[in-house]
Amino acid sequence: MGASQSARTEHEFKDLADRTGFSLEQINNLNKRFRQLSSNKETLSREDLASIPDLDNNPIRLQIINAFFDKRNLSQSEVGIVQEIGFEEFLMVLTHFQPAAMDITEDNREKLRRTKLRFLFNMHDTDGNGIITLEEYRQAVEELLSKAGTIAPETVKAIADAAMLDVASTTRGKMEPDEFYEGITFEHFLQILKTLDIETTMHVRFLNLDTANMRCGK
Amino acid sequence: MHEVEVSQISRKCNLTVVGSRGFMERGFLLLVVLMFLEGTVFPLGAASSPDISAPDGAGGHERNDDHRGIDNYTFPKKAFPVLSLDYGHIQMPFEISLWVLLASLMKLGFHLIPRLSGIVPESCLLIVVGLLVGGLIKLAGEEVPPVLDSKLFFLCLLPPIILDAGYFLPIRPFMENIGTILMFAVIGTLWNAFFVGGLLFAVCQIEGTHLSQVELLPCLLFGSIISAVDPVAVLAVFEEIHINELLHILVFGESLLNDAVTVVLYHLFEEYSGAGEVTLMDAFLGVICFLIVSLGGVAVGAIYGILAAFTSRFTSHTRVIEPLFVFVYSYMAYLSAEMFHLSGIMALIACGAVTRPYVEANISHKSHTTIKYFLKMWSSVSETLIFIFLGVATVAGPHAWNWTFVSVTVILCLVSRVIGVVGLTFIINKFRIVKLTTKDQFIVAYGGLRGAIAFSLGYLLDKDHFPMRTMFLTAIITEIFFTVFVQGMTIKPLVDLLAVKKKQEAKRSINEEIHTQFLDHLLTGIEDICGHYGHHHWKDKLNRFNKKYIKKCLIAGERYKEPQLIAFYHKMEFKQAIELVESGGGVKMPAAMPLQVSMQNIQPKKQPPMAADRALPQFTKNREEEIRKILRSNLQKTRQRLRSYNRHTLVADPYEDGWSEYMLKKQRMIELEKKMTQMSNYLTVPAAPSDSPTMRRARLASGCDFKAENKGAKVSSDPNAFYTIKAPPGNVPTIQVELASPQSPDSVNLVDEFSKKGGSSQKNTDDRKEEQGRMMKPPSAGKGGKGEEEEEEEEGENKNPGLLRCLSDPGPSNEDEEDEPFLP
Repeated sequence: MGASQSARTEHEFKDLADRTGFSLEQINNLNKRFRQLSSNKETLSREDLASIPDLDNNPIRLQIINAFFDKRNLSQSEVGIVQEIGFEEFLMVLTHFQPAAMDITEDNREKLRRTKLRFLFNMHDTDGNGIITLEEYRQAVEELLSKAGTIAPETVKAIADAAMLDVASTTRGKMEPDEFYEGITFEHFLQILKTLDIETTMHVRFLNLDTANMRCGK
Repeated sequence: MHEVEVSQISRKCNLTVVGSRGFMERGFLLLVVLMFLEGTVFPLGAASSPDISAPDGAGGHERNDDHRGIDNYTFPKKAFPVLSLDYGHIQMPFEISLWVLLASLMKLGFHLIPRLSGIVPESCLLIVVGLLVGGLIKLAGEEVPPVLDSKLFFLCLLPPIILDAGYFLPIRPFMENIGTILMFAVIGTLWNAFFVGGLLFAVCQIEGTHLSQVELLPCLLFGSIISAVDPVAVLAVFEEIHINELLHILVFGESLLNDAVTVVLYHLFEEYSGAGEVTLMDAFLGVICFLIVSLGGVAVGAIYGILAAFTSRFTSHTRVIEPLFVFVYSYMAYLSAEMFHLSGIMALIACGAVTRPYVEANISHKSHTTIKYFLKMWSSVSETLIFIFLGVATVAGPHAWNWTFVSVTVILCLVSRVIGVVGLTFIINKFRIVKLTTKDQFIVAYGGLRGAIAFSLGYLLDKDHFPMRTMFLTAIITEIFFTVFVQGMTIKPLVDLLAVKKKQEAKRSINEEIHTQFLDHLLTGIEDICGHYGHHHWKDKLNRFNKKYIKKCLIAGERYKEPQLIAFYHKMEFKQAIELVESGGGVKMPAAMPLQVSMQNIQPKKQPPMAADRALPQFTKNREEEIRKILRSNLQKTRQRLRSYNRHTLVADPYEDGWSEYMLKKQRMIELEKKMTQMSNYLTVPAAPSDSPTMRRARLASGCDFKAENKGAKVSSDPNAFYTIKAPPGNVPTIQVELASPQSPDSVNLVDEFSKKGGSSQKNTDDRKEEQGRMMKPPSAGKGGKGEEEEEEEEGENKNPGLLRCLSDPGPSNEDEEDEPFLP
């Protein structure tokens, strides 16, 4: 890279740092990783992520990869899937995994909580209609257990169903027999996971990325 | 009365009829003694002060001796001592039992007084009781027994508490905060020891304190004894204030892990206080020793833990002794570690923590409950005894009160604790993502209670080597009293005042479990994508290693394959099933269950896709309902039968008859269903009858669901409906139950499964019924209402070996079922 280009990127990075809350060092590290993954291209494709060897054992690998290409995680309003993401989008997705600042106000904490949970919610709500249906939930549980060996599909369903029943009963209370609970809305999602300290648990340390250990994955 | 009987029986072995007067009297005396002891509870409740109880407790003891004298006096001239008294023969166990009884009754008493336990921590009250008991013994002119003997304390009283703590250690938060905990436990304790010891020595050098004979090393030794936070005291106090998980594990974890530091420092200073000189080499050896003591302790514990887990793999035929293995192996671990002067506490913790996940998967549910109760019982009795003994030992004393030394000790302990916590948090917060706030630091510092371990260590000191031993002991006791009384009593109001986050009492729901695991995998995935090998990455690796190799070796059968989520689900199932049975078969439903919603509320009401796909003869709605009606009335019939059979469980034999009769009926129904399935037509019944047990229960819970489900198809209550099923015309179609997966391609399989299911699930229900019949009180009038609902879903999947597992006897008769793998 030429000097002018690096100056440009530096400026860009500063801009990104302001917007995403990452430090310059983190952005540099992540950029390195991004280039590694995308084999020095400007954009990252689904295949690039799918070929990371460490992800192979992850049962929810597909969902994680999808999350990176989900428009809802990139910009608030749109629904749909993009094919390739640039570095900025990559960072935008990763901002969901920043830890909370120490002196965070209650309002901000709640906001942070909502964004983090929204990210999780979007991962389950595959069709993007704002509701996790039973089918989608079953799918999620099935994925979660997919690496665990032979699991009877009935068990998976039973778990998802039990969980869904739990949601319905905690959020709706008593339901008449002919009523139909169409699925988990985001509000209900917030409600059932209120004991999960998501703002303190959902984070990754972006510092000290071990560049020596980074493998290209190709 | 019971006691009298027991004594009579035991006496009968020794006495012939001649002694009838003797044993009546004897029994009466025993009764009197016990009444006195029992009596300790009642004045407690009435007078709302524990103080009165103590005299009674001791009085009973004394009285016992008096009676004995009279007893002997009554029969002095008998040639053959029909009734002789040999108190010495039983003295030790008798007195031990008396102490235990006293402790338990005290514990009982506190909870009878409504407000007291809210204000004063139990530990404080127990110490007061101990003081009173000790005082009474002294008043009676007897020698106060050295109750808090170091040997007794370390070998008998401490292990149950630590094992309880280790076995139920919340591993997840513990491991997540291990860095912070170790920092506090190792560096913090070292700092405390040297700060307190050093400054104390400096104070002692001041003229006018009359302490100039105290040397540096004894001071440091004293510092190391006094600086360790005590797990017993911490547990006792923190359990009552319900602090949030993070703070609890920080303080409690520290108190457990600092044992290694204390042990090493103690032995080091004890060793060198005689020799005098400490070189750099000795300090270096001390560090090595510390590593050996701590890691060795953990290793010993882990080895025994693995042995225990491995043993439990083979206990499936002798369920009754399963719990014993856990206790004995753990105790062996503790003793083995102590043998080498390794950290016994760390060995116990490691043993408990290693054993638990594997043993839990191997042993029966009943054994698990037994372990749980035994541990809780032992630890709570031990804890009570320790606090009472602390009080007694205080009275027993010799004391050497030195104002300067004692007050300086108390102040220095407080100061060093605060400085240590604040300083260490400052460093730790640089690495922590969830920072410790000022409030947290305050609670951690303030929660640093000292306890009986310090006292016992001080008690262990050799009088000849340490002429200051009595003064040390006095100071230690004062410090313990100060922390337990002042800090222990004020910490609860302070927690409220500071609005420190409390523990969430709610049980973990299945949704939380799913999402916790989802989050784990997500974070691991994100770390992998970022190319950062953080702790999620390593945790994931470790988990997979554990699953792949260790579980395979240590867990019997197929259960090792069971993922955590499924294990959790099954556990939840057991719990609900047991609650259901214990609550009287559904008269009163536990609130924790998802009751108000039934499966049909969440199940999309889609048209059965298969009906269209197969293009089989389409049935009219009427026809369909007719068939449903038949099936339903069938179920109804069975249910009625079950209910009546249940009523008979009161009597033992008719129950057996009813049982076999029922089996016959059931057999017939299965055959019938088989016949039906062999016919060539298919029909999909959309009401999903094959539910998981949860849903079954959930559905039963809302009584209306059953009927609602059959809206239109009114449930026939005709008792003859069962038989009418034989009559259906030849063209009655096969009923194919829609399994949870509507897309399932193979209809034949489904049919097979159906008939199988029908059979097995009924059996399952029967088993359940049987157990219930055995366990339950006579079915109350209300039971008929809801209890019947329980049998509603005959076709539920037989996926409930868990139920059998938890309900079955530990005997071998049910083993086959018990060991059935969960997953086919």
